[in-house]
Amino acid sequence: MITEGLAWLIIALPIAAMLVNGVLVRALVGSNSKYAGYITVAAIGGSFVLSLMTLGTVMSDGPLHLESHDWIAIGGLNLTFGLMIDQLTSIMLVVVSGVSLLVQIYGQAYMHGDKSYTRYFTYMALFTASMLGLVLSNNMIQIFVFWELVGVSSYLLIGFWMDRPTAAAAAKKAFLMTRFGDFGFLLGILYLYSQDSSYMDIMTLYHAIEAGHIAVSVATWVSLGLLAGAIGKSAQFPLHNWLPDAMEGPTSVSALIHSATMVTAGVFLIARFFPLFEHSDIMTLVALIGGFTAVFAATMGLVANDIKRVLAYSTISQLGYMMLALGVGAYAPALFHLFTHAFFKAALFLGAGSVHHASGTFNMNYMGGLKRHMPKTYWGMIIASLSLAGLFPFSGFWSKDEILGHAAEVGTTTGDIVLALGLVAALMTAFYMFRAIFLTFHGEWKGGGEQEMKDAEVAGDPAPVGSAHSHFGESPWLMVAPIMILAVLAIGIGFFSNPVIEVGGIDKHAFAHYVTVENHDVFPLDADGGHSAAEHAGAAPEFNYMVAGISTVLALAGIGLAYLMYVKGSISPTTMGARFQPIYKLMFRKYYFDEVYENIIVRKGFYKYVADALRWFDEHWIDNANVHLSNWVSRIGKSGALVQNGQTQTYAVGMVIGVVAVVAAFLLWG
Amino acid sequence: MFDGLLTITVFLPAAVGLLVAIFARGKNSDQQIRWISIGATVVTFVLTVMVFVGYDQDLAGVQMVDYLERWIPIDALRSSYLIGVDGLSAPLVLLTGILGMAAALGSWRIKKRLREYFMWLLLLQTSVLGVFVSLDLMLFFIFFEFELIPMFMLIAIWGSGRPRYSAMKFVLFTLAGGAFMLVGILAIYVTPGVNTLAMVSIPELGIVGIPELIAGADLVVPAALIFTFFFIAFAVKLPLWPVHSWLPDAHTDAPTAVSVMLAGVLLKMAGYGLLRISLGFFQETKGFTIHDVAGYMAVVAAVSVIYGGIITIRQTDMKRLIAYSSISHMGFVMLGVAAVGSSAVETSTAGLNGAALQMFTHGTITGLAFLMVGLSYDRTHTRHIPHLGGLWKKMPLIAIFFLIAGFGSLGLPALSGFVAEIMIFLGTFSVWPWATGVSAFGVVLAAGYTLWMVQRVFFGARPTSPGISDEVYDNLTDANWVDMVPVIALAAPIFIVGIWPSVITDMFDIGIQAVVR
Repeated sequence: MITEGLAWLIIALPIAAMLVNGVLVRALVGSNSKYAGYITVAAIGGSFVLSLMTLGTVMSDGPLHLESHDWIAIGGLNLTFGLMIDQLTSIMLVVVSGVSLLVQIYGQAYMHGDKSYTRYFTYMALFTASMLGLVLSNNMIQIFVFWELVGVSSYLLIGFWMDRPTAAAAAKKAFLMTRFGDFGFLLGILYLYSQDSSYMDIMTLYHAIEAGHIAVSVATWVSLGLLAGAIGKSAQFPLHNWLPDAMEGPTSVSALIHSATMVTAGVFLIARFFPLFEHSDIMTLVALIGGFTAVFAATMGLVANDIKRVLAYSTISQLGYMMLALGVGAYAPALFHLFTHAFFKAALFLGAGSVHHASGTFNMNYMGGLKRHMPKTYWGMIIASLSLAGLFPFSGFWSKDEILGHAAEVGTTTGDIVLALGLVAALMTAFYMFRAIFLTFHGEWKGGGEQEMKDAEVAGDPAPVGSAHSHFGESPWLMVAPIMILAVLAIGIGFFSNPVIEVGGIDKHAFAHYVTVENHDVFPLDADGGHSAAEHAGAAPEFNYMVAGISTVLALAGIGLAYLMYVKGSISPTTMGARFQPIYKLMFRKYYFDEVYENIIVRKGFYKYVADALRWFDEHWIDNANVHLSNWVSRIGKSGALVQNGQTQTYAVGMVIGVVAVVAAFLLWG
Repeated sequence: MFDGLLTITVFLPAAVGLLVAIFARGKNSDQQIRWISIGATVVTFVLTVMVFVGYDQDLAGVQMVDYLERWIPIDALRSSYLIGVDGLSAPLVLLTGILGMAAALGSWRIKKRLREYFMWLLLLQTSVLGVFVSLDLMLFFIFFEFELIPMFMLIAIWGSGRPRYSAMKFVLFTLAGGAFMLVGILAIYVTPGVNTLAMVSIPELGIVGIPELIAGADLVVPAALIFTFFFIAFAVKLPLWPVHSWLPDAHTDAPTAVSVMLAGVLLKMAGYGLLRISLGFFQETKGFTIHDVAGYMAVVAAVSVIYGGIITIRQTDMKRLIAYSSISHMGFVMLGVAAVGSSAVETSTAGLNGAALQMFTHGTITGLAFLMVGLSYDRTHTRHIPHLGGLWKKMPLIAIFFLIAGFGSLGLPALSGFVAEIMIFLGTFSVWPWATGVSAFGVVLAAGYTLWMVQRVFFGARPTSPGISDEVYDNLTDANWVDMVPVIALAAPIFIVGIWPSVITDMFDIGIQAVVR
């Protein structure tokens, strides 16, 4: 049984770990202390156990409705803090703390020997605590608080090796681009607050929506603001391009950012305010942004050479899937996909880190043939890739198919469009994932980090980021074990948590049922006591063979194409690239978004025409105003000084004129 | 009635400063002056804590009053020695205690004309404390203007760059604003029925304050004009666009501790004046009230926030950058004050409380930022951002605390800046949605310039050329414990208020509720 005190402990444990590591361990033991790792693992392990207890409690007794506590209570302003523990929270807690725990265990080995080992585990504890706080928040302002803390901890982690200029730049980019979205989030909060300050409380908001107190226009504007925040955090188009650069952080950080924390925050936000979004007019927009991003990001993944960047584009694309699901009202499938994706994506990133450990590079053009050297990593990544590609019977198959099946079922134009986009993305996903697998593990060894550094030297480029000496062989157990655990989950968690038929005590659609039908706060009962809205959001009632069949064929086609191109060599990638040169280049240069944002909008537009112009105005007009003013004063003074020239004759003339004037005036008006 | 605590608190720094300047002699006098002066600020800090803690929140009202009626034996002057604290001034007195101590500690390495330096610094602290506790308008004016003398000396003698120019500019601007204020005071003074210059009513002493005396009364000078006179004085001091141009120069050229004081507490005298006088006096005046111009105030605030923020982005001198960011941040104070345009008192008090808290938080955050720039400058001898880089490796503590100041300035939750900003936004949005919405973009700009500076100065690699020489770079050292004492003194309140804001907001609210009627 979970109590409020224990639930607070879920956040408090990692925060305590952060403080102990950051202050005590750093000061007393050192910047590279193995205790930092133990402390963080222990704390997050504790959070994980408590999260499981929370899940158990909510599954058996339903959501906990807890009181809020005063944070600022003054006349006219009452801000509170408190916990919200419902089905959504309980799922998120387990995903976040579970994946984080595995990543921390992995980090013990992956970060071994780093001179800032203590700092790494300090930041990681903060990151996990922020994300756990986010999913536990019971009001909008508190969500915003933890939302920003997630942002800052990702800033610190992406810029972890901040003496690398690229890492420093990537960290800043991530924070700034997400902050753009957060500006929208903030405006949404302000607008909703100006309607009624009690709406900050999420339960109150749910009830107000149910009772029809909130106008559609209000819901639309507020949702638009929240959507802006979600687009930023979940790296959706057009605020997507910070995420690939975020690879500058340690790979284990990427694993956490991309799977369970940070990027899922945006999807979580929309899920949390799902009743508000459903009440608004922007569901179509959510679906289209998601659908477009799913394909758009996948195209960039097709041509990327850096294994982590392939995975990054895949993350953006998969988050697009979740967004499109939410947009068509498929609440449960979206969360289900978030759930399964967290495991297989974490496995893939940890696998990429393991590959880097052996090959000394992230550039797939310098890998090859690693299958022999690291079979466990290989099989872990194969399983995770099959899951990501959505092949039966892996986890990803079930969640992806529920999304596509739901999109097919809604029967609207939007539904058809996003279904088509989703299928195209499915083909691409299978292709780029197996392109990565084949380039990395199959074929000939192409020299690894040493070769990459040599080539860069010959070309006169700066040393590639992350290049190191290769040392073949499987990674240590602390790294392999988390990958294997995640791989097992990537196989089975999809089917066994949300089976399409009842199996051994697990209800049919158990997961979907849990997050929708059982959650009366988000999906209140109908007037006649039914669950129609919840059942609708709970996705395809029956397994859609048609959609499943098409998506499977597409996935197999993608894998087959990758096989032909990168293993058999019957289709030459270089010839393909040359034939479709303009498209290839466009995708390879990421559609020039970085250039447009950085060079044109920021440098040329903002710096030159706004900031520098304003600065010039400030320096030449505002700042010189006092100079102008003092010149004026001295000019007046000088003309006055002409009168007082010290010559008695002048004074006498003045006096005579004055006397005459006074006398004249006296005579005239007196 | 004479409680005495406040009088001692206010005049202790000045008394010690003058005595030390006169009597400290001998071989070790420098070290003695240092210790005694710092000791005086530490004692003053303890006294301000006593004032803050000693204020009885249940009792509310004005407390710890020291009152000498007609202290100047000219009957016609009608001025009294009347000092006291209420919820509005108590946190600012505490802030001055913290900042004064941090400034003195941060002056540890000053060598030039030490005796005078500490004398002026301590006189400065007394005059700022005097402004916050004065409840007599004439007394308020005297303290408000007196502060110019130590500031002029401190910038002109111990400054860098163009210290004389900046000091003179600072004095001229403030003096011009002060002249307007004096005219405003005279305009109130000549109003029939105004037989006292008390700024608030104190029923226990039978004092009826100006707000009540001029409420609904026939004024000799139109209320709108009097309001304008005071407003100009405060707008210059705050500073608001377009009368801000003294600030970047004064900050850039002032020595570190003076920048800390200037940003930390001197600007707050204006914010305090806005709340105590512009708001306190002009709610029920005949023919014109502050509510009539709240919309303009919101617009000027938004312009200050955005204009200041955009110009900040293009600064290349670390101190100048923080100075411009202050313009942006003080615009938030104005924005919060503009919430008085609301018809509902509850809404306006939220914004006003935010404005008050913003003063407190900006004081600690920007004070810390200037302190960290000072520590970095002491070592690298440059503040030119393109010449710097990769300093984290050499001085992690300085970098970390600079980062904390930066995060505070960009409104990161769990630090105090966020609390103040969210209070202002929540309070003002329903009254002035567009001005608030536009101003909220200031937090994006703040993230831009803060992180840009952090990235260029502390992250990345050291620029090969031009930049600081190998010799200097290799010998860079991190802050030692002497440097860290003032740093911790400023960083602690940033965290405390950020996590547990009610420690300050409850107090401010008492003051705001009394001012808003």
